[in-house]
Order: sequence, then structure tokens, then C-alpha cells
Amino acid sequence: MTSDPSRASSSPRPRRPTLFGLIGSDLTEPPPPVEEAIVRDLCLRVEEGARYRLGRSLALRLVDAGSCNGCELELHALQNPFYDLERFGLRFVASPRHADVLLVSGTVTRNMREALERTYHAIPDPKWVVAVGDCAVTGGLFSESYACVGPARAVVPVDLTIPGCPPRPQALLAGLLALLESMGKARRA
Amino acid sequence: MPNSSPRGLPDASQDSDASPPGTRPSLPELLRRGDPAERHRPWPRATVDASLWLTASEVLAAGGSSLLALWGEPSGVQLSFHDAATGEAGVMSLSCPEGRFPSVGGRHPPALRLERAIHDLFGLTAEESPDSRPWLDHGAWEIRFPLGKASPSSGPTAYPFLPAQGEELHQVPVGPVHAGIIEPGHFRFTAAGETVVRLEERLGYVHRGVEGLLRGAEVEHAAQLAARISGDTTAAYSSAFAQAVEAAADVEAPPLAHWLRALCVEIERVANHLGDIGAICNDAAFARMHAFCAIFREKMLRAADGCFGHRLMMDQIVPGGIRTVPSGEALRRLRGISEEIAGSLPEILHVYETTPSLQDRVVGTGVLPRALASQYACGGVVGRASGRLFDARCHLAYPPYASLRFSVPVREEGDVDARISIRLREIEQSLGLIQQISDGLPEGPASRPLRQERVVPGEGVALVEGFRGDIFAWVRLDERARVERCHFRDPSWFQWPLLEAAIHGNIIADFPLCNKSFNCSYSGHDL
Repeated sequence: MTSDPSRASSSPRPRRPTLFGLIGSDLTEPPPPVEEAIVRDLCLRVEEGARYRLGRSLALRLVDAGSCNGCELELHALQNPFYDLERFGLRFVASPRHADVLLVSGTVTRNMREALERTYHAIPDPKWVVAVGDCAVTGGLFSESYACVGPARAVVPVDLTIPGCPPRPQALLAGLLALLESMGKARRA
Repeated sequence: MPNSSPRGLPDASQDSDASPPGTRPSLPELLRRGDPAERHRPWPRATVDASLWLTASEVLAAGGSSLLALWGEPSGVQLSFHDAATGEAGVMSLSCPEGRFPSVGGRHPPALRLERAIHDLFGLTAEESPDSRPWLDHGAWEIRFPLGKASPSSGPTAYPFLPAQGEELHQVPVGPVHAGIIEPGHFRFTAAGETVVRLEERLGYVHRGVEGLLRGAEVEHAAQLAARISGDTTAAYSSAFAQAVEAAADVEAPPLAHWLRALCVEIERVANHLGDIGAICNDAAFARMHAFCAIFREKMLRAADGCFGHRLMMDQIVPGGIRTVPSGEALRRLRGISEEIAGSLPEILHVYETTPSLQDRVVGTGVLPRALASQYACGGVVGRASGRLFDARCHLAYPPYASLRFSVPVREEGDVDARISIRLREIEQSLGLIQQISDGLPEGPASRPLRQERVVPGEGVALVEGFRGDIFAWVRLDERARVERCHFRDPSWFQWPLLEAAIHGNIIADFPLCNKSFNCSYSGHDL
């Protein structure tokens, strides 16, 4: 065991910071394929006028309603340079008032039920709800607890489910792109 | 309480149960005066009476020993401690036929929230506790005391926050829904202008009732629950649960399992520390570091995926051993990534230390005094950045760490800067461990099946060093090797209260830096 109170490092220093220089330019990966069936299903839900107004861009707001933080880690990963969520017109926003899509993770706990409902109602219409991860989709391992309400659909209407424990970033991306595609198609139609 | 000087080395008189007047007995001595439990491994457990319990809380308050956990049972309360002077740990039980027990928190404040949780879950009252407000029970459950003598709930009541008095104070309520992709919790700031004069946390929003679900669960199902207590620490939680079950069942996992568990936990530590360093710098408007660390984090998770078939390595560590043995090719890729990150660490450190805008925000911000870190037995990066040298991998060592070379970095400053630099140094150490483990994996089986039938009921305890600090796990198995009772204590229990102290006197705008540099768990705490 060592104690190292000194902050100075004795290793030779590069002349200037070159963090960018270490990163290759080929990190960002092609988008995953989108399932046609999901797109068709979503198209049916989306009102024509809404599609026109929103165009190919969606603002996302996550509520962790009882998650273990696993889904949150993978949602964070969507913003790293490998997945680069924003290139698709998808971005996370701080306020539900700015959001089009509510992502819900976790089995909804009784202690979070009201916060989830209030967040949902704070999002202006038209809006969509995506249940992220097995807990939000089915209630997972926790549904039977005295402290839990159940899956997201027990509290808010769910438009799209992305299963997985937690879903891989590719699966999250595919699900969110399906939402976007459904709008694009409706506009061309 | 009188202040006592720091404990010296144990002398001969401490071996005797009859301590001389004027000196306090140590916690291990108190434990020996109780009624020992059979088949509690690897540390001893004993049932004590109320007066020994009271003395134990005075010893804890006097300093020098650590409260590891304090939790309820339907019929009583249990307390686990670590005595720094002798290195001994143990568990004390007190039965509460009247539904009450002498408050530990009244003398030793780190126990306060634990006692509030005990009351909410079991209905056991801490007598003369200075804080009897509910903690996990927000009045939204249909029943009160779900793990004790359950009764119908009377619904939500107003929660009285602690008062702050003074001219021109204002309150800023934040949460439970936060602005980012963050777990839920409520922060109540009272500020004078920009300066925080009081922060009070209110947690429990993600209480899922895990301990209730664990009652009577088959070990395999219980392991899945344990893996989802805090998804970012899934490997360390699974490791703690597996070790506790193995201790209770008196079986030893094969050496290869121990080595691969350590590999998982060290990968998890590197990935999380990278994420935290990037996120803290991002909150100081230095997004470049965030992007850079996120790339390495992603590469590490992909290497973990290659080794174990899951990016977070969830459900890989199970009682009896480990599910997957990584292929040679996957281990080579992991080694490659580790070397790449290790090679970049000096430059990350250089950029971090030579960026004035960043240093301006982190140095001297959110100072956690050493005395508080030590009083609260605050583990992990937070404790070690405030001079508390404790790491379960060394101080209550479990395999394979005795066979591996690593150091535990410590800083004294206790500010955001110290917490970042501890993380950077721990990444370096963990990368070294990953190399040593992948080079030295022992031969043999990766798991040993546990007996399912006609076992002798037993109790087991484990303390595993996750990326946030030491995770405590305690389990009692019944005669069919099912989980009768199980308790987990997340390191955050002893870190959350200190965040309230660290933010004091800082500006509200620096709260994200303080908060992220602590990075306490909500789901692990709320359970």
C-alpha cells in the first residue's frame, strides 16, 4: 500500500495536450437495421399532423422509475462517439416540457409512481412513451414486490418496448430509429 | 460523548474480557461476552443483551472501529463492525421482543438512516433516536412494516425537512426526476445567495423491496436479484452474494472462479471510473475529456462482452463459481485494450492537471473532512480521497487478492480533485490487476455445484470492494439451501450523508461536480 499525496508526476510531459490526436476518425458506426413490423405499427399510432410538425427529430426525456441503473448506463453509451445519437436527430433534453418522447426504465416503484405520472403529463402532445429494458417492459423480477406497481404500461400508455437486461446500445438505437422512421414514412405517404 | 484519543495497538490487557476501569472494551471483546452463534462464517456472530449493545454503540462513537452494517430481522436487529486495531470483524445480534432497541444512531450518527430504514421495513423502534422520521417508506406502499408485522398503510404524510433559519435564505427543491439520465432522488437545498447553507437528501424513490423478494428465494433466483441491486456494480454485488452464500453453505469456490470474479470486478471498476472522470469533467464544461473517457469505457465494455457475453457481466458470477470462462482470444483483446488505456493514462492526467479552467473548478471544491470520512467508515474513492485508508481487498482480504500485486492510493485533501485523481490511480492499479489475472489464471473447474437438499442451515457474510467501496452481504440459508434472510448494505449508505457535509459552503453551481465526484448509488441504497 502506498500513500501518494504528491500531485506532480515525474513522467516526461508532452508539449501540448493532444487528446484529440489519439482518437481515430473511424469510431462512429453505421446505424443498426430497423424492423419493418415495428415501423408499421408505430405509423398507425402517429397522427399525420404530428409527423409533419416533428419532422425527423425527436427530443427524449428519461425517467428512471425503479431501475437498477443498468439501462441508464447503456442510454449514456448512446451518446458516446461509437453510437453518436445526435447524428440521427435524437437528443436527450433536461425538461419534459421540451420532450417528444418519454423513456421509462425500471419496474415502476410505488414511490416513483406520482413522479412518473407528473412527468408524463408535463410533456406536450403529441408524445410517445418507450419502455426501456425488461423491468419497464414486463416488470422484470420485481413486479411482485409490495414496493412496486409493475411495468411502465401499468402507469402510462406505452407505444414501443425495447427489451433486454439491459438492452444493448444497438438495440436501443434500433428502437429509437424505428420511431423516427415511422414519422418519415408517414410524411412521404 | 467524550472524545477519545485514537486507538493504539492492542496490548495484553485487551485480550482479557475484564477491561480495566476507564478503558473501553473493544468490539471483538464485547462480542466474546455474547452468546456465540454456530455456523456463522467467516466472522463470528453472537447474541448480546441490551447493555452490551449499548456499550457497542459507545465504542463505535468513540472512534477507531467501523460500523459496517446495521439491519433488521423480524425478531431483532443485527450490527456488523470492523475493528481497525485488531483487523477483526464480527456480527452482533440483539433480540427485540418488545419491538424496540437502544438507538445506535443517538451516539453514532452514521447509524441514523439505517435505523430509520429498520423502522420502515420491520417496525422496530430505535429508542431515544434523535431522528424518527421515515426514510424508505413514503406512505405510498399499501402496507407498513412489510418485512415485520405488516399492517395497512395510512397513506402519505408531509415529510418535515430539517429547518434552516436566517435572513434571505431560499430553498431550491431538486428531484426526484433529475435533468439528466440519472437515478431518482430528492435534494432540498437551502441557499444564501449562491452559497449552500444546508443540503438535505430524501431518498427511497427506487426502493423495490429487494430484501422482501429475497425471503425464501432459491439461491439461483436470489443471485439474479442480487445482480440487479445496482446494475452499475453488478459484478461486485454478485461476487458479494456468492461469497456470502458459499460461506453459509461452507463450500469453497474453485480458484479459477475467484480469479475470474476478480477480473470481472476490476473491469467494472475501470469502466465505471472512466465514466465518472469523464462525467465530472463534463460538468466543468470540459467535454473533450468526457468523449475521450467514453471511448475507452465503451472499448472496455466491448472487451467484457467478448469475455463474458454481457457488456456489464451481469449474472456471470454465481454462488459456486462463475458461468463463463473467457476464450484465449477474448482475453488477448482485453489485454490489448488494457494496455491501450494504460498507455493513455499519463496523457489524460497531463491534460487534466494542466487545464486551468478544469483545475479552477475542482481544486478545493466539495471538501470532505478526514474526521467525517473516518467517523462514517466511508469506503471507496470518497473515503480514500479524504485520508481513510481502507480497502476490503487488503484489510479483509479475500481470494485472489493476496496473490496479486496492487497498491491502494490515498489522498488527504478530500476535494473533487482528490476524488478524480484517486480514480485515475485506481484505474492504473486495476489495469495492472487485469493483466496479472489474465496472465495467471489457474487451471481447473470454474464452478462447484452447491448442495440443494438436506444441508445444515448456516449463515455467511462477505465484504467485497466494488468501484464505490465495500459492499456488505449477509445471508442465512435454510435446510433446503434456500435464502431465509439476506441483507445488503451499499457503500453509499455511508457516503450520501457526507455529500451533505461536503457541499456546505459551496455554491449550488458546484453541486453537480460534488455529486458526480461522490457518485453514490440510488438503487443500491434504496434497495
